[in-house]
Amino acid sequence: MLLISCPNCGSRDETEFHYGGQAHVAYPENPNELNDREWAEFLFYRDNTKGAFAERWLHSTGCRQWFNMLRDTVTYEIQAVYAMGTPRPAAAPPAAESGTASTAPDSTTTGTAGPSIAATSTATGTASPSTTAPEGATK
Amino acid sequence: MADLLPEHPDFLWRNPEPKSSYDAVIVGGGGHGLATAYFLAKNHGMTNIAVLEKGWLAGGNMARNTTIIRSNYLWDESAAIYEHALKLWEILPEELEYDFLFSQRGVMNLAHTLGDVRESMRRVGANKLNGVDAEWLDPKQVKELCPILNINDNIRYPVMGATYQPRAGIAKHDHVAWAFARKCDELGVDIIQNCEVTGFLKDGNRVVGVKTNQGTINTEKVGLCAAGHSSVLAEMAGFRLPIQSHPLQALVSELHEPVHPTVVMSNHVHVYVSQAHKGELVMGAGVDSYNGYGQRGSFHVIEHQMAAAVELFPIFARAHVLRTWGGIVDTTLDASPIVGITPVENMFVNCGWGTGGFKGTPAAGLTFAHTIATGTPHHLNKPFALERFETGALIDEHGAAAVAH
Ligand SMILES: Cc1cc2nc3c(=O)[nH]c(=O)nc-3n(C[C@H](O)[C@H](O)[C@H](O)COP(=O)(O)OP(=O)(O)OC[C@H]3O[C@@H](n4cnc5c(N)ncnc54)[C@H](O)[C@@H]3O)c2cc1C
Ligand SMILES: [Zn+2]
Repeated sequence: MLLISCPNCGSRDETEFHYGGQAHVAYPENPNELNDREWAEFLFYRDNTKGAFAERWLHSTGCRQWFNMLRDTVTYEIQAVYAMGTPRPAAAPPAAESGTASTAPDSTTTGTAGPSIAATSTATGTASPSTTAPEGATK
Repeated sequence: MADLLPEHPDFLWRNPEPKSSYDAVIVGGGGHGLATAYFLAKNHGMTNIAVLEKGWLAGGNMARNTTIIRSNYLWDESAAIYEHALKLWEILPEELEYDFLFSQRGVMNLAHTLGDVRESMRRVGANKLNGVDAEWLDPKQVKELCPILNINDNIRYPVMGATYQPRAGIAKHDHVAWAFARKCDELGVDIIQNCEVTGFLKDGNRVVGVKTNQGTINTEKVGLCAAGHSSVLAEMAGFRLPIQSHPLQALVSELHEPVHPTVVMSNHVHVYVSQAHKGELVMGAGVDSYNGYGQRGSFHVIEHQMAAAVELFPIFARAHVLRTWGGIVDTTLDASPIVGITPVENMFVNCGWGTGGFKGTPAAGLTFAHTIATGTPHHLNKPFALERFETGALIDEHGAAAVAH
């Protein structure tokens, strides 16, 4: 069970949340110009990183707000919680925090800022709209 | 003391040093990698080949699955490849000269809602049209086949019936791997354990070798059979796969007298149960929702699965969880595998079997070997090409195939 630090509600059990997959996947700017390959990339291809992974979570039984999280997919350690629309923070150096996989620091400074409305550019593209539903929640 | 111990059994395969070059290299020594090597050697005469495994032989999902074998999938493409696999399971113990306890005790897929009932009946119809043995059972017939199942309607999701495939069943997964490994070895295939592929050598867009922790190995062809690590290898090779890796857990109880005669799966309450030959109750659940490479998942998934199991099988209430473990499963969005060519010349990929690829092992091996040897897909794996995500010809087995294990 992960202990996830919701930016609005604080630490809560993983079972209160819904997973939304890779973060920072922007809707294509000119959808009409996309070829089949590019549509396939947008619809079906997501990063499957082994290591620090920026992903979306929804606090579905709490504040019902989406937010982003940087989590290590091997140790499951949560490295940062941050608002949608803000750039991905740098991955924490492995030894910097002594927290275990199930402890999310309550005081994650990167995650407490209010959601920025401005579309901030990130390394992987433009900011993802905070209202998008998760793609491919695996069941 | 030592002379009281039984003699050490013969080793089933050699542990050779890697050669400097091979005609083909298979990355991943799980069930699929071993089956692929076997069919490459047997059907295509390619014996100068190696299987490279980063850990010990078949220590990945092959060692961790709940061994359910069935072919009652909804769509024609799936029914064809899984039924072919089932027919191979029926002859493989003899062909591999190894009794890996393939037990055709039947598999039941329970229906708990009207929607389930309609979908199940539709699937039974589709299965029959595809030559797959399938029956619809009402709750009384369910109870006759599996007396320990609770069919009362005072539970949260009463059993409203089930589909049943009599030829389905379970097998001993480790022994399947060893059976393939021994035959591979006899045919001249090098099985190299503790050999992790860390990169690829390319000449333009053509793969010409693999880098490993045991040195560089030149090869004409590469077949990826890395299950949960497929994306990691694809990235090394310079292409992407539409795969997400998730933890999937299973568990066993202590040994019990035989009480459970068949295999019961429930998609709706999400648990599947069989009783192993020795007597353990073997149970599996759903994947953890998040991406993960940790070979472990969350305990609440197991709690949920136990709640479902005890409601369906009240007799299990006093059984104990003896061991739990997790594997890393490679899921696709249409819950169907990817077997075929890649954007890199002479590199082929077999992955995306996700939560249900043990049953497909023989067909994966057969069709993937054909694809590697000839450069073109076998008719059974043609629909499962990577390009389906571009053409839109998805094979959507989500829900359609009962539970996806
Ligand atoms: C808990 C659980 C229950 C399951 N239950 C069922 C079931 O009931 N029925 C069913 O049909 N299926 C089931 N499955 C799915 C099934 O186990 C898999 O689909 C199947 O085993 C995948 O093929 P494989 O055996 O080749 O995979 P694996 O055994 O995982 O083989 C892949 C191998 O690649 C190796 N590898 C990875 N990276 C590298 C590298 N860089 N270099 C060298 N080697 C590498 C790994 O170490 C691993 O040994 C289950 C899976 C799990 C985890
Ligand atoms: Zn919240």
